[in-house]
Amino acid sequence: MAAVATHSPAKKVFSGLVKTRELGIIVALAALIIYTTASQPRFLSAQSIRDILLNTSILAVMAAGQAVVVITRNIDLSVGSVLGISAFTVASMMSDNPGLPMIVALLVGLAVGAIAGLLNGVLVRYGRVPALVVTLGTMYIFRGLIYSWAGGDQVNADELPGHFLQFANDSILGIPWLVLIALVVVGGVSLMMRNYRVGRELYAMGSSPGAAELAGIKVARNMLAAFIISGALAGLAGVLFASRFGTIDASAGNGYELNVVAAVVVGGVAVSGGSGTVWGAGLGALLLTVIGSALTVLDINQFWQQAIVGALIVLAICADRIVAVRIARSLRKRDSHV
Amino acid sequence: MSDATANPRSLKDGLGRLATWDGIIILLTVVVIVAASLGVSNFGTSRNFTFLILDLMPIVLVALPMTLIIVTGEIDLSVASILGLASSLMGWFWNNGLSIEMIIPLVIVIGAVLGAINGFLVNALGLPSLAVTIGTLALYRGLAFVVLGDGAVADFPFDYTGWVTGTIGGGSVPNVLIPIVALAIVFGIVLHATPFGRSLYAIGANDQAAHFAGIRVARTKFWLYVASGAVSALVGILWTLRYSSARADNGSGLELAVVAAVLLGGVSIFGGKGNLPGVLAGVVLLAALQNALRLQDVSGQALNIVTGTLLVLSVLLPNVVSSIRTSRQRRKVRQAAAS
Repeated sequence: MAAVATHSPAKKVFSGLVKTRELGIIVALAALIIYTTASQPRFLSAQSIRDILLNTSILAVMAAGQAVVVITRNIDLSVGSVLGISAFTVASMMSDNPGLPMIVALLVGLAVGAIAGLLNGVLVRYGRVPALVVTLGTMYIFRGLIYSWAGGDQVNADELPGHFLQFANDSILGIPWLVLIALVVVGGVSLMMRNYRVGRELYAMGSSPGAAELAGIKVARNMLAAFIISGALAGLAGVLFASRFGTIDASAGNGYELNVVAAVVVGGVAVSGGSGTVWGAGLGALLLTVIGSALTVLDINQFWQQAIVGALIVLAICADRIVAVRIARSLRKRDSHV
Repeated sequence: MSDATANPRSLKDGLGRLATWDGIIILLTVVVIVAASLGVSNFGTSRNFTFLILDLMPIVLVALPMTLIIVTGEIDLSVASILGLASSLMGWFWNNGLSIEMIIPLVIVIGAVLGAINGFLVNALGLPSLAVTIGTLALYRGLAFVVLGDGAVADFPFDYTGWVTGTIGGGSVPNVLIPIVALAIVFGIVLHATPFGRSLYAIGANDQAAHFAGIRVARTKFWLYVASGAVSALVGILWTLRYSSARADNGSGLELAVVAAVLLGGVSIFGGKGNLPGVLAGVVLLAALQNALRLQDVSGQALNIVTGTLLVLSVLLPNVVSSIRTSRQRRKVRQAAAS
């Protein structure tokens, strides 16, 4: 679908399509915020905004990585388990060596995730195993590894050094570190996908894997890179998770993969690959979090949240389809003039 | 999910590979069962057999329609949420005074409707099934919580709960084996002995070719989703009765276990390949391993490593074997050309 990534007659239409995609989320987000604030003004209080942004940041970091993988027409279901393994590794390391600075924790988390992502990428590319199968398998394997390592143990907040826990509450220039990291990650990855050669190659691979290979794109290298990015960002999210919640057991991040995929899909990244943007996925993560907070503020039964998220995913896919059909029709019309 | 068409030589190779992988899984299942019976105390007892069947009941039943869906190259991730919603509705209807004889058919029909919604979105609107059913996974599970909240309904009549946990004539064969065997036979015949079943393979191998061969692709796939919804709802009922507890979170996460079992059984995620005996062996293998390890006091979570590894190997090994075969053939050709 919407296989056009770059070049000529399709370019204008394509950028229009991109606009439509993210515009929809922004409109939905704005409508939700205006409606909620109108009936409950404290929704836009500084504290409330801070909470929403903090809650979004972990999801947004993972969604950025997932978006890269989904754009290449793959999927990474192992991110929840990678978050868990990174959170537990870093939490154990910090409780054993309380003197380590925060940057070491972040780097270790990134490294753990990158190794996991590399494993996924190698199996997908060189083992020629579909990504859904590989990452479903490694989702089980990584989760099993944490359980056999941690067992019933957990790392409690009082075993962790103060500066590690403080990191999740600290701000720089009034922006919390977590939010800053999420902004840098989503911004950086968006820029890479939009403006750099490797990003455009990833879109091309998602649009048509065979054509990308024939066009001389280094498919193997790029695919490994995509999975490493997704893994590393899930690992980074694990460190943020550990810092924010303090108590880590073997089930940390269980089931997160579906939230992350939901954020990406709601954010307008098509699972058929080749279209959508990373910052759209970030907006998707924000929208899902805002819905959760809005329900609480509006005093609507929390149980509606999941149902609404589900309905939203289905709506997003339908909207995407309608846009794609329209574009195909207008392209056909242009072609018939030539 | 249409990558299967990218590789023209995959069909012939695939059939050969498939046969070997099926053989390996069935053999492995037999080996595990024999070894566990000899080496693990209490594994071979009739009581343990009853529990083994009860434990594998939800996965094996949901795996039947899932196999057919994956053979056509699609997927249904909403099955466990339909199971949960069926369980919630059952509790809600029971609280509102409906008789259980009314509730059971009603819930199964609702399950079929939920499946039909998936089928409509995927086939009438042409949306990707992976994304649609991730959406309805969240939607149906959310509705389950809306219906029943986080409470539980537990006072179902013993006539029914007792039947689900009971055995035939008080022996060692559990009653739930009856629906398992009956449905396995029905789905087995449909997949392997009817034109409808053959058309599923044609759709999975190449849906456009299937369309031009006169197969009603969208309609065929639509009914598979209906069947999947109905069976998932039935499993929701059996699950509720087995634990005497209707809860909104019943069966959560089951969808991935079912997909894992189906793929382990040799069904290709790209469609067009696989058979039901392999899937049944895959389910029994996983359940027997889990059961034996639990009797050995190994944590069920550590078993995840085995499940995941088997899942990856089930696709990786045939690929490795075939690439070794291809490179050997190439070398032969090159040698022949040189001489």
